[in-house]
Amino acid sequence: MSRVIRKFTTRVPTWRPHITPVDFDQATPAQREALKETPSNTKISDYVLVLAHDPESLRIRTSLFNGIMYDKGGLSREERELGAVAASVVNRCIYCAAVHAQRYNNLTHDERVMQEIFFNGERADIDARQRAILKFGMRLSACPPQVTEDDIASLRGVGLGDQEILDLTLSTTLFGWANRLMHTLGEPVSGA
Amino acid sequence: MSHVLEMAAGVPSSGPLADALQMRGKLMELTQASYEAALLPEDAGKLPTHLRAVLACRMARICQQEGLTQHYSTLLAGYGDEADPHDLAVPGNTPPADDQRLAAIVGYVDLVTQRPRDASEETIDALRDAGMEEADIVRLAGLVAFINYQLRVAAVLSVMGEQQ
Repeated sequence: MSRVIRKFTTRVPTWRPHITPVDFDQATPAQREALKETPSNTKISDYVLVLAHDPESLRIRTSLFNGIMYDKGGLSREERELGAVAASVVNRCIYCAAVHAQRYNNLTHDERVMQEIFFNGERADIDARQRAILKFGMRLSACPPQVTEDDIASLRGVGLGDQEILDLTLSTTLFGWANRLMHTLGEPVSGA
Repeated sequence: MSHVLEMAAGVPSSGPLADALQMRGKLMELTQASYEAALLPEDAGKLPTHLRAVLACRMARICQQEGLTQHYSTLLAGYGDEADPHDLAVPGNTPPADDQRLAAIVGYVDLVTQRPRDASEETIDALRDAGMEEADIVRLAGLVAFINYQLRVAAVLSVMGEQQ
């Protein structure tokens, strides 16, 4: 019997759906169309097959997801992953936090930042720019969202311009979206 | 700019923020398309468009996002006087106790907007027990998740826009 994971980890768990995934062989043409592209171009997962119950939204969402996380220019790849993790920590989406912490680590080859964030949250002992990004992402992910002129100023203070602030906003809020699907429609479990 | 989000946030038509949005033009188009898929879908299932507008309005108010509260109030008004008989567009209001399905939907909206971390398998079971089909549960989850994204992007853009 697999066990539900409740603590942050960089070891990516298995995601167990609460909703029956669409059976690919029985999928409608609209569902198949929506499944042509997958988030981060990984294999068709149970998660995407659950979302395929609403193909109209899924098709657009996947393109948007990939664009926000991978399109060229603006904020660096790893800082977009940091925004994703900030939201996932607030929303306690263990699965999203694991996947995106691991991507961050693969990009930076520095595991200490994510360890700090998982242990200490907003008080993580990380460099000033990372801390400003984390704090912004966590405040933005609160309900109601916390964003003031001072929050924007603190990002400018560590060198982010309008483009980077927009990109950080998109990657953070995209995970407010993803967490609310991943963490409600299923749960992370140990083992395969 | 004809996109709901940028209009609601009052984004200036020129300057550094407008340039940044221009560079992410494709993503803002996809955001608009996601809005249409969530609020005005071709196949709404058993989650009708007027109810989607009610719930969106409720979430916008919970998140204190003025521009989108206004937008969703107008959208809702367009569905006529009978679209929200229990005034659920206002947070705190609850459906009549005998409408189990609507109560479960509103309960989900409030929990997943305010405290998504507290969602669990029981959250989905409550919807199923209230008679919702799985496809409609996914539609509802998609609507709530999208609106929470849109509200936060609007929150940042309106603060940045005011500074320019």
